[in-house]
Amino acid sequence: MGATPRTPNDSMGEAGVLDRDPALLPVALDQTTHDAEEAHWTPAKVAIWGGISLLGGLSWVMLAVVRGETVNAIWFVFAAVCTYLIGYRFYSNYIQKHLLKPDDRRATPAEYKADGKDYAATDRRVLFGHHFAAIAGAGPLVGPVLAAQMGYLPGTIWIIVGVVLAGAVQDYLVLFFSMRRGGRSLGQMARDELGKVGGTAALVATMAIMVIIVAILALVVVNALAASPWGVFSVSMTIPIALFMGCYLRFFRPGKVSEISIIGFVLLLAAIIGGGMISSTEWGAAFFHVDPVPLAIGIIVYGFVAAILPVWLLLAPRDYLSTFMKIGTIGMLAIAIIVVRPEISAPAFSEFTANGGPVVSGSLFPFLFVTIACGALSGFHALIASGTTPKLIEKERQTRFIGYGGMLMESFVAIMALVAALSIDRGIYFAMNSSPALTGGTVEGAVAFVNSLGLTGVNLTPDMLTQTAKDVGEATIVSRTGGAPTLSVGLAHIMQQVAGGSGMMAFWYHFAIMFEALFILTAVDAGTRVARFMLQDSLGNVFPKFKNTSWRAGAWLTTGIMVLAWGAVLMMGVTDPLGGINTLFPLFGIANQLLAAIALAVCMAIVAKRGMFKYLWIVAMPLAFAAVVTISASFLKIFSTIPAVGYFAQNRAFSEALAAGETSFGTAKTVAAMEAVVRNTMVQGVLSILFVVLAIIVMVTAIQATWRSWKSRDFGTSEDPAVGSQMFAPSGFLPTAAEKELGASWDAQARLEKSARSARSATRNRS
Amino acid sequence: MNTVGLLKKGARDLAWFIKGVMGEDAYDKYRAHHESRHACDAGETPPVMTEREFWRDQTDRQDTNPQGRCC
Repeated sequence: MGATPRTPNDSMGEAGVLDRDPALLPVALDQTTHDAEEAHWTPAKVAIWGGISLLGGLSWVMLAVVRGETVNAIWFVFAAVCTYLIGYRFYSNYIQKHLLKPDDRRATPAEYKADGKDYAATDRRVLFGHHFAAIAGAGPLVGPVLAAQMGYLPGTIWIIVGVVLAGAVQDYLVLFFSMRRGGRSLGQMARDELGKVGGTAALVATMAIMVIIVAILALVVVNALAASPWGVFSVSMTIPIALFMGCYLRFFRPGKVSEISIIGFVLLLAAIIGGGMISSTEWGAAFFHVDPVPLAIGIIVYGFVAAILPVWLLLAPRDYLSTFMKIGTIGMLAIAIIVVRPEISAPAFSEFTANGGPVVSGSLFPFLFVTIACGALSGFHALIASGTTPKLIEKERQTRFIGYGGMLMESFVAIMALVAALSIDRGIYFAMNSSPALTGGTVEGAVAFVNSLGLTGVNLTPDMLTQTAKDVGEATIVSRTGGAPTLSVGLAHIMQQVAGGSGMMAFWYHFAIMFEALFILTAVDAGTRVARFMLQDSLGNVFPKFKNTSWRAGAWLTTGIMVLAWGAVLMMGVTDPLGGINTLFPLFGIANQLLAAIALAVCMAIVAKRGMFKYLWIVAMPLAFAAVVTISASFLKIFSTIPAVGYFAQNRAFSEALAAGETSFGTAKTVAAMEAVVRNTMVQGVLSILFVVLAIIVMVTAIQATWRSWKSRDFGTSEDPAVGSQMFAPSGFLPTAAEKELGASWDAQARLEKSARSARSATRNRS
Repeated sequence: MNTVGLLKKGARDLAWFIKGVMGEDAYDKYRAHHESRHACDAGETPPVMTEREFWRDQTDRQDTNPQGRCC
């Protein structure tokens, strides 16, 4: 056990603390052992990595260079998996070795703060699943579907390259830095590193971003369920199912989580099948047919009630259900894509890369990078990586597997969503994802609109739309924007080839809708709660009474404020004469990427404070990219003179039309609709300004902090003091040979101790 | 190990993994923690929560300490 600190700044005065009695079993392998294992290239290892590189390279050639009529989906899978493996093995290892330098001799918060509840060392493989379930949601499923408009290649490159160089790096860094600080949250770290101004801006930005994200996720659900009796029935059944599960766990069999999840899952399947029967009856179709506006009001009321009910009743059981569904369905989809290997006929680059199209407005740069946020780079993960996970991690070196590796998994989910969206006919894709303002919401209108786009190889017929709608058990699939219905059609299309045939398409479609709605409703509920606590905490600085989170009236008031905030944005999206998703989704992506920029800015200040300027580029590169993308996207949204792109340009166009006394303009057919556009674009524009200004403040304070560290050379750390670890665990998914050996010694010792203990208690009992 | 043995081990490992990810092992972890902390203490050990108390306490703590879910 080397007593010499490996970084001068890391272990100031800690060397003694981390020294361990040589008579005891070591708690960590020496860095030289790790280095030696890594540098030892056996022929088998060379062959495996050579094979991975060749297969990855070949897949990229198939995707990017070879231009056939179609491209097989399996190449997406190979290109992604091989690139992830190489990125994980080499790049994340480089970051570990040079930038983060984890030290397994140090105890993690799970060890030195252990309380058996919030801080509890968790097996790395279990924690990986846990962390993945917390970061993966509807985001990586929706963004890639919308970005499929630009062709398959831009989205694929951004998802795969973006995650390796940006998204996974952010998750890894935030997880590591939070772990070194006892599991402190991103907001607290921002205050520590950036001072009061930067910290406050980060907090306000986080709160505003939370509101916008919840609103747009809720909009996705409304769009998926509006005028779909089947969907409305089965998704609303999740509420009584969750209530039942909650009571079962509370009163009947506490702690039997898997058991009740299986029961809940069976009930969920029954709800999906029952939805099909009920929607085919006349009264069912009439009763569960809900228009977008009442549906949105329903979700707002639901959001409020769910956020003030006790966690055990609704949130916790639905969370179990959602975790169960998430891991199961994603695994199932991965297997199905590999088995079915659908052919994809979309072009590599579509006609809409330069100027945008009906699904997403604006050019590829920067709008591709904000449309696909989750899956490539997601700021929201920084909140999870500085939340529960750092309090559960066993050993420092495991942050690489969990932080970096977990994000690679999410990126794979995004690739699968992209494949599923691309596997459906392009004509149907555009009919589903163009706003009702363009298609008129009718089959004839959609056919006329899509065929007028002049897409090569696309010849949409009314029959294709009605047949698909019939197959998936919906009245219509025209203008079902928001990504979820498209993904569900794609998933149903793939799954029916594995199980059930075309007769099962309707089941799979509603299964997928249910799967997405379940995550989103959990995210809405949990997001409202988190935002409420943030608001209470901030208000508490002025009115101390709000700090008391068990004060009922305060809790209800702050919950109400947060629900009204996202509810207003949701209503705006639902009633938007321009379509809703296409105007609001960029705001979602921009918000998420700005949060990523904030998280990376905090990481940069931390790295600079540690004095590691040589490797600052590892953080600075994704930060610069996120900053350029989001700031330019925001500027376009604010200053662009093209009405389809710029919020204020749109606002001006409609205001002028109103002033000129016109009674219809563009897609707005009435004066009231025109006034709504003027109002919505103003709100959206102001929100864009707010986000970008807050993010710029955070980034500027981070650059200042970095510059101060550089100038003063006064390095330090805001880490918790080092505590010596008393345990050992391997770092990756599979233990290395040396780790296995050491682990075996620990196991043997544990067995000895156990038998000694039982012998002792046996003597005690005898006496 | 024969095929049946391997299958059994695989099923056991899978069950262990799913229980872990779902959080079902929380009470066992709490008990283990409690025992290891107080194993060598002489005299009185602080009271340990029963399974029912533990799960109530767990969801009640989430009420005041919510965790976000990702998008």
